[in-house]
Amino acid sequence: MPLILGMSMLLACQFLGELLARGLSLPIPGPVIGMVILLVGLMIRGKVPSSLRIAGEGLLRYLTLLFVPAGVGLMVHGRLIADDWIPIVATLVLSTALTLAVTAWVMTRLASRATGKDASREGGQ
Amino acid sequence: MHVAGLDELWVYLSGNPLLSLLVTLLAFALAARINKWLGGTPLLHTVTLSIALIITFLLVSGIDYGTYFEGAQFIHFLLGPATVALAIPLYDHRERVRQLLWPLLVACLAGITTAVASTLGLALLLGAEHETVMSLAPRSVTSPIAMGIAEQIGGIPSLAAGLVLITGSIGCALGPIIFRLLGVRDPVVQGFTMGLAAHGFGTAHSFAKLGAMAGAFSGLAMGLTGLITAFILPLIITLFGL
Repeated sequence: MPLILGMSMLLACQFLGELLARGLSLPIPGPVIGMVILLVGLMIRGKVPSSLRIAGEGLLRYLTLLFVPAGVGLMVHGRLIADDWIPIVATLVLSTALTLAVTAWVMTRLASRATGKDASREGGQ
Repeated sequence: MHVAGLDELWVYLSGNPLLSLLVTLLAFALAARINKWLGGTPLLHTVTLSIALIITFLLVSGIDYGTYFEGAQFIHFLLGPATVALAIPLYDHRERVRQLLWPLLVACLAGITTAVASTLGLALLLGAEHETVMSLAPRSVTSPIAMGIAEQIGGIPSLAAGLVLITGSIGCALGPIIFRLLGVRDPVVQGFTMGLAAHGFGTAHSFAKLGAMAGAFSGLAMGLTGLITAFILPLIITLFGL
């Protein structure tokens, strides 16, 4: 029973998210809005119901599997990608490497400063 | 008793959702086994490997993607509730998120700017077609958002979705190498970076390899990147007159 209750909560949030996305014609996918709705709900409630945790963590454990069906869709674009493959591959590899490096670098610098500041504040109290 | 011929059986099975579901699960299990056997190398990620296995199977057996997806959609559908479920680890680690709010936002903006600028710059420099460039532009964003953006700026939505997936696997392969080169060990930074650069793939990777805390920040980065890119990318394209 907890699995059913938890799954219903997740689907209800997604449903509300889809309604909002369609109703207000937002460029954001329904599930992302559903995530925000659930987060707000959890903040108000003050704890995660155990049924929700069972369903949610079960899904997240197998998140990688859930991407496979969409990924197989690549086979449909084989020709399009083959026509422009050098610029595509070079751009994807270089730009992804650069994005990873810049983000990690900026975040490391800022995060160490933020936690360092907090530590010194706690030390001063 | 009538015994059906093998070809008759195959016609029935190849159009049945059962076969696609079974093949997807078996390919994933096999890919996970191969990946483990190779010492968990990020260069042959379980997802990438299972996608390759399934595509090979479909090409060899002559089943088209539409037929495959009729069965596989049951797995695909769970992406929705799984995205919603990302709120749970985020809630669990809310204190850490609050503490790091500004670094997160600044790193997110820096990452998105790098992703968009380097993608447009490189693709134009290397002489890709206009449609390809516009389909590449939103590549680091989770696929449903990327498809919307690509449509808005003159790309091909379905190609954009494909490029998003390739970006995801490249990100999972490159991430650990770059973290080692830069000496980044904090799981929060690793998770956030993976979510920003490699969307859902990065998030799934973070959950599997780095734990729930990294997964939570990865999911947060994926959501933030999607939202912010959806608003600023069309502006950048208009601004530069592309």
